[in-house]
Amino acid sequence: MTTNEIISPENLVYTKTKVLNDTPMHYCPGCSHGVVHKLIAEIIEEMDFQDKTIGIAPVGCAVFAYKYLDIDWQQAAHGRAPALATAVKRLLPDRLVFTYQGDGDLAAIGTAETIHAANRGENIAIIFINNGIYGMTGGQMAPTTLLGMKSSTSPNGRTAPLNGNPLDITKLLAQLEGTCYVTRQSVHNVASVRKTKKAIRKAFENSMEGKGTSVVEVVSTCNSGWKLSPAASNDWMVENMFPAYPICDLKDL
Amino acid sequence: MKEEIIIAGFGGQGVLSMGKILAYSGLMQGQEVSWMPSYGPEQRGGTANVTVILSDERISSPVLNSYDTAIVLNQPSLERFESKVKPGGTLIFDSNGFHKFPTRTDINIYRIDATEYAYANDSTKTMNMIILGGLLKVRPIVKVANVLKGLKKSLPDRHHHLIPMNEKAIEVGMELIQKVN
Amino acid sequence: MNDSKKQNIEEVRLMKGNEAIAHAAVRCGCDGYFGYPITPQSEIMETLMELEPWNTTGMVVLQAESETSSINMVYGGAGCGKRTMTSSSSPGVSLMQEGISYIACAELPCLIVNVMRGGPGLGTIQPSQADYYQSVKGGGHGDYKLITLAPASVQEMADHTVLAFDLAFKYCTPALILADGVIGQMMEKVVLPPFQPRLTEEEIREKYPWATLGKPSSRKPNIITSLSLEAEEMETINLRLQRKYREIEKNEVLFEEFSCEDAEYLVVAFGTTARVCQKAVEMARAEGIKAGLLRPITLFPFPTIAISNYADKVKGMLTVEMSAGQMIDDVKLVVNGRVPVQFYGRMGGIVPSPDEVLKALKEKVVK
Repeated sequence: MTTNEIISPENLVYTKTKVLNDTPMHYCPGCSHGVVHKLIAEIIEEMDFQDKTIGIAPVGCAVFAYKYLDIDWQQAAHGRAPALATAVKRLLPDRLVFTYQGDGDLAAIGTAETIHAANRGENIAIIFINNGIYGMTGGQMAPTTLLGMKSSTSPNGRTAPLNGNPLDITKLLAQLEGTCYVTRQSVHNVASVRKTKKAIRKAFENSMEGKGTSVVEVVSTCNSGWKLSPAASNDWMVENMFPAYPICDLKDL
Repeated sequence: MKEEIIIAGFGGQGVLSMGKILAYSGLMQGQEVSWMPSYGPEQRGGTANVTVILSDERISSPVLNSYDTAIVLNQPSLERFESKVKPGGTLIFDSNGFHKFPTRTDINIYRIDATEYAYANDSTKTMNMIILGGLLKVRPIVKVANVLKGLKKSLPDRHHHLIPMNEKAIEVGMELIQKVN
Repeated sequence: MNDSKKQNIEEVRLMKGNEAIAHAAVRCGCDGYFGYPITPQSEIMETLMELEPWNTTGMVVLQAESETSSINMVYGGAGCGKRTMTSSSSPGVSLMQEGISYIACAELPCLIVNVMRGGPGLGTIQPSQADYYQSVKGGGHGDYKLITLAPASVQEMADHTVLAFDLAFKYCTPALILADGVIGQMMEKVVLPPFQPRLTEEEIREKYPWATLGKPSSRKPNIITSLSLEAEEMETINLRLQRKYREIEKNEVLFEEFSCEDAEYLVVAFGTTARVCQKAVEMARAEGIKAGLLRPITLFPFPTIAISNYADKVKGMLTVEMSAGQMIDDVKLVVNGRVPVQFYGRMGGIVPSPDEVLKALKEKVVK
């Protein structure tokens, strides 16, 4: 069998979704962003929503999310994505509107916007990438950085008296009347990727059914910021991040 | 014709709404009008005042430092505005709670004991209309018919049955007012 | 709501400047209002909530959690090609500056209303004009301008709402109504603008092809952003913005003159202060002083040519503001030393009286 004989339609087992374009991603090798981007793109294609989706990009590593998914995008100021999404969804109620935010964007500078959008029960989906560090600006401490974890602004490890405690904002969001679905997932192996895809799909469907705000936290790695290899990062995440941020559904109405 | 009026008193005495009724009355007779209140916490129990201008021509400044007519309903307002009545102008006061009285001799001073009357006759809600009646007796700047038309325009339909009561209050005020100097 | 009756009568009404803005917004096809309460402008949102336009025109009205959020909701709505607006007063507008800078750079049209109160800090709730610099010199970070309208009457509060949206969409840039507590709180006669329907989505797609309404297969994704990591690209964006501002300066200057024909002394003032100065000019004329008033209606673009022409005719100018003297800088730049430009102002929420202005005119300019 020659190569050309193998490359034929009947042998096709996997193809990249058309919602994801061919622009090479700027993310570091091993970063979770690329996987989550792909999942979102696939779901949009599967739901046949490419023409009905508006994504809101954050400030952080995913600021350029708009370069990779062929949908309409707005790029928000740092932390303000849920405010933009609120207006877009209220003005275009039949559209799919989601924000894509990191831990600094969602749980530090944008805490008010996040909590109030979720509390109003805006019919949006919030995709929350939590890797416990500021990747874009070079590895500074995030609100979700674990106690003892080193970052460029907590070089000797985070301590509660000096830096405050890690913020489990997802737990907080689950308590709000306006949220209908709050879940915490990961994308470090095949099984978890499949589960995360289901979770994001559910979040998107919820927002189209007008059930309220859905939040999908993806506990993620940042091997550059953590200064570990991609494989070691995955192990470190399972060992250290998962006990603090356990993978589970926190709310599912 | 142009009349520049300040109405001042405690919040809750109906100062702002009296001004509003005057402004609506001016509107009903085709005049230019402006109604400029003191606003904010002052409205809630402190001193409140409103500047009302009725004019046949375009009104320039809505904020003034002298007035043709001042209606003062408490002591601090008298102290603040007596000196700001133009010579030959009009000062109307309700003496309830006053311990010092107006002293100027170059203006026309009137007293209207509307508060006392209103409490005695269980009509505190129309007290400001009694005072408005007094004003219209001595300064007939708007026709009573236009006041009633203005009320009709400014009040929601569900309150229109109160208009005869207000008309009565205007008549009472016209009787009650007396020249002091 | 029984609005059908209201739709076709062009009748004179009596209302506050703040209320006029709310009514005019609904009537001019505004799609969304997002705001946070602050004195002295809360009547704008209160009136909208009472009008319930979502039941008539479909306009969205939302009380946000902060001014920061309000302006970013405006950004989101504007990105969809919708007519969106917010309103606030000085401290709240300070909080909005980040969002305004983003909107200006992303070249989105919207309306921001600032009913100014005395500052700095929490200041006072009384009227002020001390946000002139913030409004016309930038306010937020970066090189940008806001089309800035300065209404001086309740009628103009209504008219400028319509005009501001039209200009914002004409140039794809935010427009600001810079009013003050007097104009917001006073009642005057007003004829509201006629009803015009909100644009349909098809109309938005046609008129504003950049709007993020969802990407049909026929076009590339629309991306609303103010980010460009390449310096050359960012300079190109800046040059485009500057060209736009020059166009606005060429086409959109508005001002009003009052007894200027034979004036020997020119008073320059905007908003409420211009009304006070008009009375002062009347009083000066009565005393035989040949004074005139020039009222800039647009603060950006500033009426530079008109003021420059007077610099060759009059003996002196007086700028009057409710501030420590901000617009006077722009007047002086135009006059460029040809005649003396003096200043009179009150601060912290005090409105100058016509008497004070006349006195200042006599003492500082006429001499």
